[in-house]
Amino acid sequence: MTDPHAHPAAAQPADISWGAIRAEAARLRALFEGAGAQVVETSILQPAATLLDLYGEDIRARAYVTSDLAMGEQMLRPDFTVPVVQMHMAAGAEPARYTYSGEVFRRQEVDSGRANEYIQVGYELFERGTPAQSDAEVFARIHDILAPLGLRAITGDIGILMAAVDGLDTTAARKAALRRHIWHPRRFRALLDRYAGRLPVPPSRAALLMADDPMADAGPLIGLRSRAEIAARIDALRADAEAAPLAGGDLDLIDAILAVRETCFNALERLRDIAVDMPSINSAVARLAERMEALAVRGIDVAALEFEASYGRSQMEYYDGFVFGFTSEDDPMLPPVASGGRYDALTRQLGQGREIPAVGGVIRPGLVVRLGGGT
Amino acid sequence: MSVRLGVPSKGRLMEKTFEWFSARGVTLGRTGSDREYSGVVEGAGDVELVLLSANEIPRELAAGHIHLGVTGTDLVREKLGNWQDRVEEMAELGFGQADLVLAVPRAWVDVGTLEDLDAVAAAFRARHGQRLRIATKYHRLVRDFLREYGVADYCLVDSQGATEGTVKNETAEAIADITSSGDTLSANHLKILDDGLILRSQATLFRARQADMSDTDRATLAAFTALLKVD
Repeated sequence: MTDPHAHPAAAQPADISWGAIRAEAARLRALFEGAGAQVVETSILQPAATLLDLYGEDIRARAYVTSDLAMGEQMLRPDFTVPVVQMHMAAGAEPARYTYSGEVFRRQEVDSGRANEYIQVGYELFERGTPAQSDAEVFARIHDILAPLGLRAITGDIGILMAAVDGLDTTAARKAALRRHIWHPRRFRALLDRYAGRLPVPPSRAALLMADDPMADAGPLIGLRSRAEIAARIDALRADAEAAPLAGGDLDLIDAILAVRETCFNALERLRDIAVDMPSINSAVARLAERMEALAVRGIDVAALEFEASYGRSQMEYYDGFVFGFTSEDDPMLPPVASGGRYDALTRQLGQGREIPAVGGVIRPGLVVRLGGGT
Repeated sequence: MSVRLGVPSKGRLMEKTFEWFSARGVTLGRTGSDREYSGVVEGAGDVELVLLSANEIPRELAAGHIHLGVTGTDLVREKLGNWQDRVEEMAELGFGQADLVLAVPRAWVDVGTLEDLDAVAAAFRARHGQRLRIATKYHRLVRDFLREYGVADYCLVDSQGATEGTVKNETAEAIADITSSGDTLSANHLKILDDGLILRSQATLFRARQADMSDTDRATLAAFTALLKVD
């Protein structure tokens, strides 16, 4: 899954009625509204082009696509975040708090036991200047609402890994490639190994780098990609072959970051140790510390709160900072009851030149009811 | 009821299928004129021949409308979610071999592997403001393959025929299509990526896992598969 608030879904047991779930959804939305959020609605049919542009072809495997002759391709809303961000970027005042409730639809190609339609209730906060407080506000609101269920909360922060990549002693091109694949752990790992010289150079690339005139046997050039683009890539490959391999120590530090899985205070200590050898993560680690303070101010037991540096990395593309999830310890097969995170970059992509820091989360009322919570 | 066997309704695939069964003592044949899509099975008890488009055989197997069916591995995997739960591979028939491959212009001397394709897709999107287009009719297989490897910044465009021509016509930058010899690809100035083999396909006899059967049908099917030596 690559969309914000992505959840693996679970089918609703037959003994829980949609009526009970709708009542719980209304209760949750009213709680968010009571906390100052403005209620917003979005269309169920969303233009497919926007979602495809953001998420790429993979979204087709997860969202229902339909079409007509007049409007072209549409998708059944796979999440609320994108339309809510668009709405805010078009006309929103700052700061803004929004809440919503409604169905999302998830195409299931493999597991017919998973829900393809369920209700989400969300809380989204657009606010400048105080990211730690904003993060803590969203987390604490959801935490307090779900407290009676005794769920396990896990937090993470994609920003730390991003800062580590930015601080690597290597070329800008390599850093850009690593950043692009930060949410694809296997590809990210393969790139690290490639840049460290731990993977054999593919024969085709070795031959290309040896060739005096790489275009000698190219034949006619067809398609949109131009000769200049091919030449630029050959130059880039030559430059990359000249670049020094990533130091083994840097790889170890990345691994050390990804392995951090502790309660918050221990995680913070561990990351501060790592930052001694990798100062580029200092400001990201400082943000984590600020967030922990802000969470404590809101009454969260930070000493017991879990932190996993790699949390959400493969499910939550476009979260680029704080991430969190709430899961049932009694029923570990159940998808997260709630999840969320910070998505500053998403507002930049949808903002047509404007941007605003944003953080949000969703609760699944169906799972709250299933676990015996709610009214 | 009887046991229903689905077989491609025309062309070489049908002829080769008839030959395969014939070599095992079972005669499949059309009834009536060449144009009529009904057939007979001789030498296998109460087995009924259903002539269908190879494209539709996976769906009919999954729905349990036919008990056995001959079609390509590629079609079963493209069209059925969780295909292993829906059908069982009884036998590969040794013909209809075709590879689903990913191919790019031969002039892309800088692209030999998926890793290259991914890097080029990122640069292409930055330069052209659109994702690198891959023309195919095998959307699911291609998407799963590229996701597994971690290729991003591409999009699939549907091409139901003459896919090799889409790059020259500038409706796609790369293609994913079935090839048996690679000649059509070369003739269209395309080359297969070194790690661009998505699936090896051939004509295969499948059994529907979820078809309703009477005890008599079950006995007929068991005798039939024993006769074919695929049980």
